[in-house]
Amino acid sequence: MSRIKVELKKKDVETIRDICKSFENKPGELINVLHKVQHTFGYLPAEVQEVVAAELNVPLAKVYGVVTFYSFFSMVPKGKHPISICTGTACYVRGAENVLNEFKKELKIEVGETTADGKFSISCLRCVGACGLAPVVMVGDKTYGRVSPEMVKDIIKEYEDQ
Amino acid sequence: MLESKIQILVCGGTGCSSKASHSITETIKNEIKAQGLTDIAEVVLTGCFGLCEMGPIVRVIHDDTYYAKVRPEDAREIVEEHLVKGKKVQRLLFRDPKTKEIVAGSKGINRYKKQVRIALRNCGVINPESINEYIARNGYEALGKVLTEMDPQQTIDVIKKSGLRGRGGGGFPTGIKWELTAASKSDKKFVVCNADEGDPGAFMDRSILEGDPHSVIEAMAICGYCTGADSGLVYIRAEYPLAIERLKIAIKQAREYGLLGKNIFGTDFSFDIELRYGAGAFVCGEETALIHSMEGKRGEPTMKPPFPSVAGYLGKPTTVNNVETFANVPPIILKGHEWFSSIGTEKSKGTKVFALAGKINNVGLIEVPMGITLREVIFEIGGGIKGGKKFKAVQTGGPSGGCLTEKHLDIPIDYDNLIAAGSMMGSGGMIVMDEDDCMVDMAKFFLEFTVDESCGKCAPCRVGNKRLFELLEKITQGNGIKEDIDRLINLGNVIKDTSLCGLGQSSPNPVLSMINNFYHEYESHVVDKKCHAGVCKALMVYQIVPENCVGCTACARACPVGAITGERKEVHVIDTKLCIKCGACMERCKFNAVIVN
Repeated sequence: MSRIKVELKKKDVETIRDICKSFENKPGELINVLHKVQHTFGYLPAEVQEVVAAELNVPLAKVYGVVTFYSFFSMVPKGKHPISICTGTACYVRGAENVLNEFKKELKIEVGETTADGKFSISCLRCVGACGLAPVVMVGDKTYGRVSPEMVKDIIKEYEDQ
Repeated sequence: MLESKIQILVCGGTGCSSKASHSITETIKNEIKAQGLTDIAEVVLTGCFGLCEMGPIVRVIHDDTYYAKVRPEDAREIVEEHLVKGKKVQRLLFRDPKTKEIVAGSKGINRYKKQVRIALRNCGVINPESINEYIARNGYEALGKVLTEMDPQQTIDVIKKSGLRGRGGGGFPTGIKWELTAASKSDKKFVVCNADEGDPGAFMDRSILEGDPHSVIEAMAICGYCTGADSGLVYIRAEYPLAIERLKIAIKQAREYGLLGKNIFGTDFSFDIELRYGAGAFVCGEETALIHSMEGKRGEPTMKPPFPSVAGYLGKPTTVNNVETFANVPPIILKGHEWFSSIGTEKSKGTKVFALAGKINNVGLIEVPMGITLREVIFEIGGGIKGGKKFKAVQTGGPSGGCLTEKHLDIPIDYDNLIAAGSMMGSGGMIVMDEDDCMVDMAKFFLEFTVDESCGKCAPCRVGNKRLFELLEKITQGNGIKEDIDRLINLGNVIKDTSLCGLGQSSPNPVLSMINNFYHEYESHVVDKKCHAGVCKALMVYQIVPENCVGCTACARACPVGAITGERKEVHVIDTKLCIKCGACMERCKFNAVIVN
């Protein structure tokens, strides 16, 4: 994984410390802390993990172990408009892979990557529970149902100028 | 529920929500206000109706009218025509997906006919954000009965006699699980609700939590009373924001009503519930992995014993049950074990919720009595295969289950029959496949998932599944040999026998059952190098039919690699060695001259 150097401002460190404190600095709350920190910063770079490890008094390796274990946590920043393609079984049998390939082709990035301008990133998720609308694509919080490869260009266009 | 008012229910399940059911609710509400009807009509956003394919669904209760595929701009018409003038809006009425005829009321909806709704009893009926509506439908009565009239052992006996088994996949008898935790001596015990629904293509638990969160809270409290626990935890996927939101509201309301907290119903019993968020790991559906995840660790399973009922969360005795299992508990207490055990088959009692999806006409959520046949589920409730195609197989149990075919259509569905048929009940995902689905490709799809989700702790699962996946990839790329099929079978069995947890033990199931049921298809992939479903690109050959080709050169100009040659007005030829199988020529040809073999 490409390493992005992040310099944390003093204010950011304080924010992380406050989050840890709100969970009473309990090591058992590690996952809840990470959820909240990711929600605040958008992702979990190594520098952020270092602060969390120190605050909760757990080895950095353990924090890194947890971050990399769960697919919800990310060490790279997502795009301004994160695109998630559902590749659950129901979407797969209704053609999700073709939709995914079209997004990759249009944005010229792979799954887990972000476009150079920081606008879009692609990820796959397993089932959003909207199987009646398969194949499903989410851009941010908005859900698109019954997506075909032909619709991909228009979906991207909606966000290009934002 | 205020019976005197006309109620308009809008489905707020995930499928319909993503099609703007929230703004439909808002516009109907505004319209009711604008027409001065607030005293006689109200609109309620409910849980899933189970009619996801036709969503968003709007139901007018007093005359049992269903509207399908409603858009926010239709709201005004519904209020004006239906409520004011008393005329139903014909163009929006729910139509049978198969016959296209207008359906009159819930009795007319084919897919409701064979259903028995116990776990889903309130979904799509009440407002999930109102505790009063839950109470009006006998909510928290079971908890009251248990706390004031029964002792823990009597309650456990009722659950045991009812024959309720775990709905998360394993099918372990719920009463026995509770009894084991009750028998463990400890100063602190826990009740955990497993809401980490990781099976792709399944959305039962999500719908229950979104549609009827109080039923789970009530059942967890009953379980706490039976086992001696005073703390409950719901382990829920962070990917389910609506379910989390509704659960939070429900817990808050229950606390306000004194149904959670200290001295519930004026007794010595105290119980409260907290939420814990999953972070996207399929293996956390396994109870020991789930417990580690709740403790803030990597979700890796550990050996059993010790079972969670002896040493679970923080080393204390813990009962872990799935959402649907809990949702069944209050009705069993109220209506008695005889009632519950009268439904279903000899060893599997009650009902099961299935999420019906894939190539089927009526995608959605259904609850059917155990013992129903796959044929009834797929062809009667599900309305048959989409586009009139031929049924090929149905995958039950998700990535841990197997596929069932034509010959299995008439066996009664229950835990034991499905295992005997080479699949499993699982949590209730049911994905229907038609003739266009390739069984090698599907097996590869499921293995890709397992490889992704293996926690990496033990070698058979970590390494073995990767090898299975590579073998399948080799076959779909046209490089397979006949021995590869035997290798898949042998390796698959080794992984099953030697893995530690349920994920590894079941991960080869899809490929093994697909080889078992569709051996010829695997054979034609490796021997004839043909994919009859037309899915495996590498095995496809694009050709031009000389009789149809007029020599317009459209295909040659479309070809990105220059694989098509031919003079104007003469028959063109595709050089299969150069062809990258992109399909551009086929798209461009107006004379159906390009075909795939």
